[in-house]
Amino acid sequence: MKQVVVISGKGGTGKTVISACFAALSRNAVLADVDVDASNLHLLLHPEIQERHVFKSGQKARIDAEKCTGCGLCFPVCRFDALAENDMGRVSVDSFSCEGCGVCFHVCPVQAVTLEIPTSGEWYVSRTQYGPFVHARLGIAEENSGKLVTEVRKKAREIAEKERRDLLIMDGSPGIGCPVIASLTGTDLALIVTEPTPSGFHDMERIVDLIHHFKIRAACCINKCDLNHDNSDGIERWCRAQSIPVVGKIAFDPAVTESVVQGVPFVEYASNSSAAEIRRMWFSLLRLIT
Amino acid sequence: MIISVASGKGGTGKTTVAVNLALALQADQAVQFLDCDVEEPNAHFFLKPQIKESQDVFTLIPEIDESRCNYCGKCGQVCAYHALAVVKGAVLVFSELCHGCGACSLLCPEKAIREVGKRIGVIESGRAGEMAFLQGRLDIGQAMSPPLIRALKKRLDPGRTVIIDAPPGTSCPVIESVRRSDFCLLVTEPTPFGLHDLELAAATAKEMKIPCGVVINRASLGNGDGKIRDFCAAEEIPVLMTIPFDRKIAEAYSRGQTILEAFPAYREKFLELFERVWKIGS
Repeated sequence: MKQVVVISGKGGTGKTVISACFAALSRNAVLADVDVDASNLHLLLHPEIQERHVFKSGQKARIDAEKCTGCGLCFPVCRFDALAENDMGRVSVDSFSCEGCGVCFHVCPVQAVTLEIPTSGEWYVSRTQYGPFVHARLGIAEENSGKLVTEVRKKAREIAEKERRDLLIMDGSPGIGCPVIASLTGTDLALIVTEPTPSGFHDMERIVDLIHHFKIRAACCINKCDLNHDNSDGIERWCRAQSIPVVGKIAFDPAVTESVVQGVPFVEYASNSSAAEIRRMWFSLLRLIT
Repeated sequence: MIISVASGKGGTGKTTVAVNLALALQADQAVQFLDCDVEEPNAHFFLKPQIKESQDVFTLIPEIDESRCNYCGKCGQVCAYHALAVVKGAVLVFSELCHGCGACSLLCPEKAIREVGKRIGVIESGRAGEMAFLQGRLDIGQAMSPPLIRALKKRLDPGRTVIIDAPPGTSCPVIESVRRSDFCLLVTEPTPFGLHDLELAAATAKEMKIPCGVVINRASLGNGDGKIRDFCAAEEIPVLMTIPFDRKIAEAYSRGQTILEAFPAYREKFLELFERVWKIGS
């Protein structure tokens, strides 16, 4: 089973639209949305949820106001600025800042601190008309998105093995931090979707460094390529120098937004030249991984 | 006043709004710009600051003094992040998992752990005209951006109007960036993706008890901004500004131009935006 992740560095370059097209074009794939923070692929795939799982991770300190004597021993040891004295002379925890390290729990002389594991999200196994789909929803203002990505990928791989599916297509998240690292490790190919803007190019350079760091094969798609031809040419030259194949160049197309509004993968919504280019890109990718 | 600009979904125009707002304001007031999207900092393309200083940012990771360690295993037990493992005759440190909390060194009964710095990125500071400019840049391969964002925000200047460009999403890097703002501007676009992620971003701001308002970018795209407005009305979140979709704005962006450079008439609109934020946030 091969794993492909669609990624970008910069947000809003078109990862989800392209992932949904790949889902529609694939024959025997498992689909996964590994952007657990602001996931959108379900809005195009319309999953029927079959299984729901609770995601629990991390811990938060809670201080029992009855037991706390306000001695203040915990203040200087908290590195996350998460403890504050409240009006009653007791200590309270700012749960947004608390990273659950437990140092306060260990130093408290009267055992007023407990560490609680909150529910920090949910993940789902679904059916779609394009194949099985694993997706998730990280709770509001929660952490550990990397671990949730790892859970989603694990389940998607299990399904692929059980149902003898030969491809896993993953819709990735922007950035280069922990959820992106969790979605990259061990994949066979990362498709970078960029756009011909200074930010698109700069963010691609950073994601390519990260991809090289993990020794993963990369390919590039220039979306909205006609927005700035000079920049598009610059990206192509740069990719050539890095031996990264440019597998698709998609023109800016208002029909793409219309397809998102209709909630349909673009290749099923339109049969114009942009849709044809995405089809060609899909087959180029398949050639790269087989 | 501290105004952060966030969005949930990436690519909706956070940097565009943050940069143009800061530029519109700087004629009349002292402004500090903080680019907290440390994984992919982009505001510098538009503000073109002169960087004068660059400061390495470190987190602390444990270093074991083998001559003192008796492999009791305490550090492995207290580490909430599984960054330390004690096996027969050795302590393994997984520095990429370490949050730098200091539990291991504080609680080691043999005082065999000291903390050493590990570079995670850099803070670059300088000026863009009269504006004070700071950005963080996470090193490639580093998973955790919140400590870098924290270090960046320590340099926040309360004497100026501070504009924070936040990363996309709703998880820890966003929380760290938006924390302690007086107001959070949420930038969205009228697509199902934009609306879905606006709902998440608005819930995040609400949970953090930060007053927020919405800027609808590319307002004429798709079916128009009706659904976004319905959501904002139901949640009692004010829509403070709309920017219509204009291919010329997108092209100007692709040349590294700001909206104010390409369309100077927008200055008034961004000043109005600030007026509205000021009325609610202060």
